[in-house]
Amino acid sequence: MNLQSQTFKGGIHPPHFKKSTENLTIERAKTPDMVYIPMQQHIGAPCEAIVKVGDSVKIGQKVGEAKAFVSAPIHSSVSGKVKKIQKLDTPTGNATTIIIESDGKNEIHESVVSKGKIDDLTKEEIVEVIKEAGITGLGGAGFPTHVKLSPPPEKKVDTVILNGAECEPYLTADHRLMVEQPEMIIKGLKAIMKAVEVTKGFIGIEDNKPDAIKVMMEASKNEKNIQVVPVKTKYPQGDEKRLINSITKREVPNGGLPMDVGVVVNNVGTAHAIGNAFETGMPLVERVATITGSGINNPRNLIIKIGTPFKDIIDECGGFKDNPGKIIMGGPMMGIAQHSIEVPTIKGTSGILVLDKEEAKIPDPDPCIRCAKCVDICPVNLQPLFISKLSLKRMYEEAGSYNALSCIECGSCSFVCPSKRPLLQSIRVAKREILSNRKKS
Amino acid sequence: MENMLYGSSSPHIRSKETISKIMIDVLIALLPATLASIYYFRFNAIKLIGISILTAVLTEWALQKFMNKPITINDFSAVVTGLLLAFNIPASAPWWIPVIGSAFAIAIVKQAFGGLGNNFINPALAARAMLLASWPVLMTNWVTPGADAVSTATPLAILKGEAEGTLPSITNVLMGNIGGSLGETSALLLIIGGLYLLYRGVITWKIPVSYIGTVMIMTLLLDGGFTNMTYHTLSGGLMLGAFYMATDYSSSPVTSKGQIIFGVGCGILTAIIRIYGGYPEGVSYSILLMNVASPLIDKYTSPKVFGEVKKVA
Ligand code: SF4
Ligand code: SF4
Repeated sequence: MNLQSQTFKGGIHPPHFKKSTENLTIERAKTPDMVYIPMQQHIGAPCEAIVKVGDSVKIGQKVGEAKAFVSAPIHSSVSGKVKKIQKLDTPTGNATTIIIESDGKNEIHESVVSKGKIDDLTKEEIVEVIKEAGITGLGGAGFPTHVKLSPPPEKKVDTVILNGAECEPYLTADHRLMVEQPEMIIKGLKAIMKAVEVTKGFIGIEDNKPDAIKVMMEASKNEKNIQVVPVKTKYPQGDEKRLINSITKREVPNGGLPMDVGVVVNNVGTAHAIGNAFETGMPLVERVATITGSGINNPRNLIIKIGTPFKDIIDECGGFKDNPGKIIMGGPMMGIAQHSIEVPTIKGTSGILVLDKEEAKIPDPDPCIRCAKCVDICPVNLQPLFISKLSLKRMYEEAGSYNALSCIECGSCSFVCPSKRPLLQSIRVAKREILSNRKKS
Repeated sequence: MENMLYGSSSPHIRSKETISKIMIDVLIALLPATLASIYYFRFNAIKLIGISILTAVLTEWALQKFMNKPITINDFSAVVTGLLLAFNIPASAPWWIPVIGSAFAIAIVKQAFGGLGNNFINPALAARAMLLASWPVLMTNWVTPGADAVSTATPLAILKGEAEGTLPSITNVLMGNIGGSLGETSALLLIIGGLYLLYRGVITWKIPVSYIGTVMIMTLLLDGGFTNMTYHTLSGGLMLGAFYMATDYSSSPVTSKGQIIFGVGCGILTAIIRIYGGYPEGVSYSILLMNVASPLIDKYTSPKVFGEVKKVA
């Protein structure tokens, strides 16, 4: 195979900031006294609570039922009693939340049993197991996985790609998972491949993680259909469509989906959760996340029960250094800034990043000097300076004619701009306005 | 604690690059040529460069103060403009030439159009063109390098047969030991500075390579072969123009394709003016003409969006 790392056009090289956690073994976080499990953790319809206040629940027991196809059920991550069901803030908004007090026993629910060998299951059965396990994309977006694995019959899928790029600075959760539990990831990949009936599976890993590449290659050496592909370390390499382009050279049509070019992409963490759902039968009730940043005392990679408040986890990592400037769910490029540390860990929490006051400051913008750096690096070939300028003048339709809607919101343009212009922020405004105008007309 | 958290939208980190860092890089790149200029033209160079920079900075400061705008002299862009203007005047020029030139460049070309990033032509070049049109004799009174400066002709004028004299050796042309404007004589040092800018990512290869390449090909084919091509490439304002003036952010296209078209356009115009036109040199006018065409070039070279599906006609 090609020894050179595969890549795509455009992109940036932000500092990695991964040193403080990339060699730390994943540890299990303490069981919290109380978990807060929101009924909306994914893209799609929210779940309906199927337990009542006062009910006893166990780990792996379903507490939220998915009522629509694009949705994923939600399970308890502790054993204990349901204390309250109410609307609460989540890292991504606001949702009905089941509050469960842990009894500390961590008893496992009877429904949690191994699902047998993947080879013995039909493709429909596999998709069903994944759906019932409440598995969603663990890379951040949180799209229900069973939906991705049910392409309409006219789309011919021939390739599965596992996304192990982890191109966001600071985050090392996927990296550690690949180094420590490669077999489980391969197992998940095989389930995915069988679910969509393909014989070609790739695992794309950025070449700044040579240990993960080596371990994954070793673990997959007897799988002739699975190939580990080193990809160039460059942001946003982990964006689905960039990764597809890097590995297969195919271009997903503008506005289209990976399945339009015959590809299904899943995060390595998602594959791990799938592997686990088959082997132990445990649905998605916990995940690995990196707790890191200049504002945290002891950065770590932790297995966290879904519903654990950020606050408990930050305490477990030695608390804040001084006063924190910004708390982000996810990485520094695409993560979501949080207003509170009372919010719970959800399925899409790939990391909790605490920036100190100094690092959190965004400098005041200077005028655009037309240096064209934003144009050079935009991975989708947009001209951010023009879109942003039009957006700031409220000329949204004109911004649309510069293809504002194709922006993948990777933030690379804002990152490179020497004038520190809020490029992505203004492009987002334009996108929102264009879409709402379209709805109106 | 809660309300003290910053809540802005992603991305949450920014590169360390700033406008002043870029401008300082340009100044670093121009340093070797500046020192060479002082070495060759002695006190005259120090005087003219100093006056030019000082006027540029003071003009910017005074205008912004007067118009109640934020003062931006510490972004160093006025220093760059002043230095580049000085590079474009002969060592024999009187002190008031850079004063008028720099003031014009900053006040009329840069600030009147809205400041850095909004000037549609290169300020230093526009000022040079204005000076050349107003004081053609003073602006073309070339002298030999060294203490006992005597009048001389530029290699390009000799090449064109407009002036008497023998062509200097290529070594002297490379080192800058020839007649010409203050800062454009040493091709070698300008190239070294240009490579530094490429290495630092301040400029990309597209404009300089397409510009210089076009001039080389055209002069090779149309003006008497290899020797003439060498003089066309290395003497005159080509290196200064291609690396430091044509690459001016505000007045050149932002798209990759556009930048190449821009560079080729500059190259064609330069070669035509030099070979067929009325002047021995054509770098300034070529770049200024292409500056004016830049918005149009940008408009027609919008790149294809990733994954764009060809519209069915
Ligand atoms: S990177 Fe910033 S300064 Fe440069 S062209 Fe884009 S918006 Fe303008
Ligand atoms: S315009 Fe959008 S896609 Fe392009 S760099 Fe900026 S955020 Fe990324």
